[in-house]
Amino acid sequence: MIVYTLKRLALAFLVAVTVSMVSFMLIRVSGDPAIALAGEAASAEQIQHIREHYGFNRPLLVQYLDWSWRALQGDFGESPYFRLPVSQIMGDRIGVTMTLGGYALVFAVLLSLPLGILAAVHPNTWVDRLALGIAVLGQAMPSFWFGLIMIIFFSVTLRWLPVSGTDSWRHFVMPTIALGYYGTPAFMRLIRSGMIEVLSSDYIRTARAKGLRWPTILFKHALRNAIIPVVSLAAVQFGFMLGGSIIIESVFALHGIGYLAWESIGRSDLPVVQAIVLTLSLIYVVLTLLSDILNAVLDPRIRVK
Amino acid sequence: MGLILEVEGLHVDLPLPAGRLQAVRNVRFEVSQGETLSLVGESGCGKSLTALALMDLLPPRAIRRAGKLVFEGRDLSGAAEDTMAHLRGNRMAMIFQEPMTSLNPCYTIGNQLVEAYLQHRRASKREARERAVFLLEKVGITAAGSRLKQFPHQLSGGLRQRIMIAMGLMCGPSLIIADEPTTALDVTIQAQILALLADLQREFQMGLILITHDLGVVARVAHRLCVMYCGQVVETGTTKEVFARPLHPYTQGLLRCIPVPGRLEPGSELGSIPGLVPTPIGVLKGCTFRNRCPKSRPECVVENPHLREIGPNRALRCLDTLASAD
Amino acid sequence: MSSYISSSSPGETGLGLEVVFPSSRQIVRRAMLRHKGFLMGLAVIIVVTLLTILAPVLATHDPYAQDLGQRLIPPVWQEKGNWDHPLGTDNLGRDYLSRLIYGSRVSLLIGLSVMLIAGLIGTTLGLLAGYFGGKIDMFVSFLITVRLALPAVLVAVAVVSLIGGSMRIVILVLGLLVWDRFAVVIRASTQQIRPLDYVAAATSAGCSTFRILAHEILPNLMNNLIVVATLEVARAILLEAALSFLGMGVQPPTPSWGLMISEGKEFMFFYPYLITIPGVALFLLLLGFNLLGDGIRDVTAPEGR
Repeated sequence: MIVYTLKRLALAFLVAVTVSMVSFMLIRVSGDPAIALAGEAASAEQIQHIREHYGFNRPLLVQYLDWSWRALQGDFGESPYFRLPVSQIMGDRIGVTMTLGGYALVFAVLLSLPLGILAAVHPNTWVDRLALGIAVLGQAMPSFWFGLIMIIFFSVTLRWLPVSGTDSWRHFVMPTIALGYYGTPAFMRLIRSGMIEVLSSDYIRTARAKGLRWPTILFKHALRNAIIPVVSLAAVQFGFMLGGSIIIESVFALHGIGYLAWESIGRSDLPVVQAIVLTLSLIYVVLTLLSDILNAVLDPRIRVK
Repeated sequence: MGLILEVEGLHVDLPLPAGRLQAVRNVRFEVSQGETLSLVGESGCGKSLTALALMDLLPPRAIRRAGKLVFEGRDLSGAAEDTMAHLRGNRMAMIFQEPMTSLNPCYTIGNQLVEAYLQHRRASKREARERAVFLLEKVGITAAGSRLKQFPHQLSGGLRQRIMIAMGLMCGPSLIIADEPTTALDVTIQAQILALLADLQREFQMGLILITHDLGVVARVAHRLCVMYCGQVVETGTTKEVFARPLHPYTQGLLRCIPVPGRLEPGSELGSIPGLVPTPIGVLKGCTFRNRCPKSRPECVVENPHLREIGPNRALRCLDTLASAD
Repeated sequence: MSSYISSSSPGETGLGLEVVFPSSRQIVRRAMLRHKGFLMGLAVIIVVTLLTILAPVLATHDPYAQDLGQRLIPPVWQEKGNWDHPLGTDNLGRDYLSRLIYGSRVSLLIGLSVMLIAGLIGTTLGLLAGYFGGKIDMFVSFLITVRLALPAVLVAVAVVSLIGGSMRIVILVLGLLVWDRFAVVIRASTQQIRPLDYVAAATSAGCSTFRILAHEILPNLMNNLIVVATLEVARAILLEAALSFLGMGVQPPTPSWGLMISEGKEFMFFYPYLITIPGVALFLLLLGFNLLGDGIRDVTAPEGR
């Protein structure tokens, strides 16, 4: 178990380093980051000033090491737009994104669990086709459009929910649905296929031969095995939802780091963009690491490998 | 000794794209208390499906029909799922072929041993645990107490099969169905498990249906046997008698396939039954063994042979009047 | 001595020896023609492809032609609509139907191009990883993890903002980002095929690695590859729409459905058709590709559902 964890840690570290390099190079993809930061109307002197202020004239490796060392300590520099430390700006907003991601994940799992189980217990019937149909609809609907449609319907026509902002739980209802339903098909299919496979396994046959009741067989024996890959998927999907926040947050004007990223891109506030890409990636790395470990806890067989 | 199980007119059909597969056809047998009956035949003859049909554990597409399916005096041929669930693991238990995959990898041995007992008997956890330890020792597992906390993947195949047997015995059933219990095990372990089954059966005076393709297993453990071919019972009798005087050409062929040291001359040919088992789809006329039978006659193509009683505890499905007249 | 096997003469009934099971190719073909999802998806895609090809013929107006005297005319089924502009006009007086039809070109072109680029990258990586295993596999898996850790939409938006947006840039950026699913699926499939007998036969016959990959393995991957490719076209179309919606994709005045939704957002409370029409078109196209991909998968490898 310990060896397994250590291996996973080493891998996570390597990925984190690579991801940091990508974040670092990201803002230099157009060539000179000073020009990008300065904007279109800047003069040559302004650009040179920025270059010196941010140290863009130093060798690339030095810049990377300096930036990553500081980032490790939580210092992402200062935002030229806000004139505040980037970490402070992000800290104010990351709560919203995490909350939204969490709600969306719970929504996705709660929706897909009964659908997936029902579909697996009655394969190739109308129940199954309905569940799969719902899954396909979820995959085909663009989330930003779905969000707008919901706004028109629930906010304007019905006046049930507010259009934008973050004051109350009501503000999170539509964004949660818009972000969460997109992950539902993946979960539903995984639960369905996992349950179908498990339900045809020998130990379920044993459980039936023992005369156990259906709820016991379904939930104690089958689901317990089928859910193992779902946990991994949940961690990964949470990561994706954080990444997808840029779309949903802009549609609903939620002040999370996704919205911040979009605004900052528009303002060429590159230090913020860089920091957000790095942070989201690192969160994903940590999530997959945790899910690997959780996997080993849930499935006694993995610990031996 | 009382009859535990009477089966008559058992049919199992499997709908396939190519037609309706009549996997089990008009099967008839009975099992008494304290007796081991063996269902013997090659792979695909329908013996496993027969066993599953008894417990009503067939795959969802399969269709079961039974003229008579009397267990402990109750006719189960039309029984509801609730009734069957109450009997399974309680009055009748089944042991399967693959011990490596028949236990849930996520729960401990102890958990899986006691759960049926807790449900059927409504016992306390302590009682259930005591019973589990008692049975684990009965099946020859040492350090039973600590075994309860182990997970299936930590144990060998032989150990797992013993645990499966203990699990089957937890509620004290009157009938145990063992479907090829030793096929997936090493030869040395096979002998141990068979001896164990025989001992337990004697001690608890249960009925035991042993399903196997291995006549050596039959010889060791079974009191009576039913030879099955292509979904039908073709010969029944006591083990001693059938081995001494096999009447059906298929049984004779099977026995010829086993090399018996001492009886067979070195250098002589080992018997085999040429041909393939037919697929029982569609209208079946005549004897299904006829294209592999050395005694095949013109009547065998047209007439369906019936399973006829030819003596006490002796039945035969064959048109060969000479053999049955003996 | 005794009669042994009598070959069943033609017409001999009663033994079941003459039962004929359909060949696998026949099963697949029959299943495809019966699978409603597959047929619906195919129909949608054929219709959209025809729209794309026949755009100049079918469009009643020039999609770029502005007519400020004809702004914001609703579609023909609402009052004030007219048949001159069956789907109405946008805020610059451009005919919505024509923009919709030409927009299909953008979606399909980008979707297919991205699929080709990503498919090339992902399939190559997957084949190499699955066939050679060992360090190459570890490296490719590492690359996939790094790619998954990065928030794709965010990175794409950032890159486009720095380099500038256009169809070409969008295709390139997306193509370089969405190869992950190809890699994962092809890697898994190659791992399954590699140990099979015909590969060993080819190896022992002295075939070069390239030949084995191209002639033995790739043809047997085709089923899975086609399924992934179809679903990835949908994903690419969705991503382009999202990017354009955020303003970081195809640039105005090009008629992209995502861009149309973004441009219509301003007016959506009074003129909801501005976003519902392109949204429905997008939804239907995505649905078509998803149904098609799922249909092919159901028919060729239903266990993967």
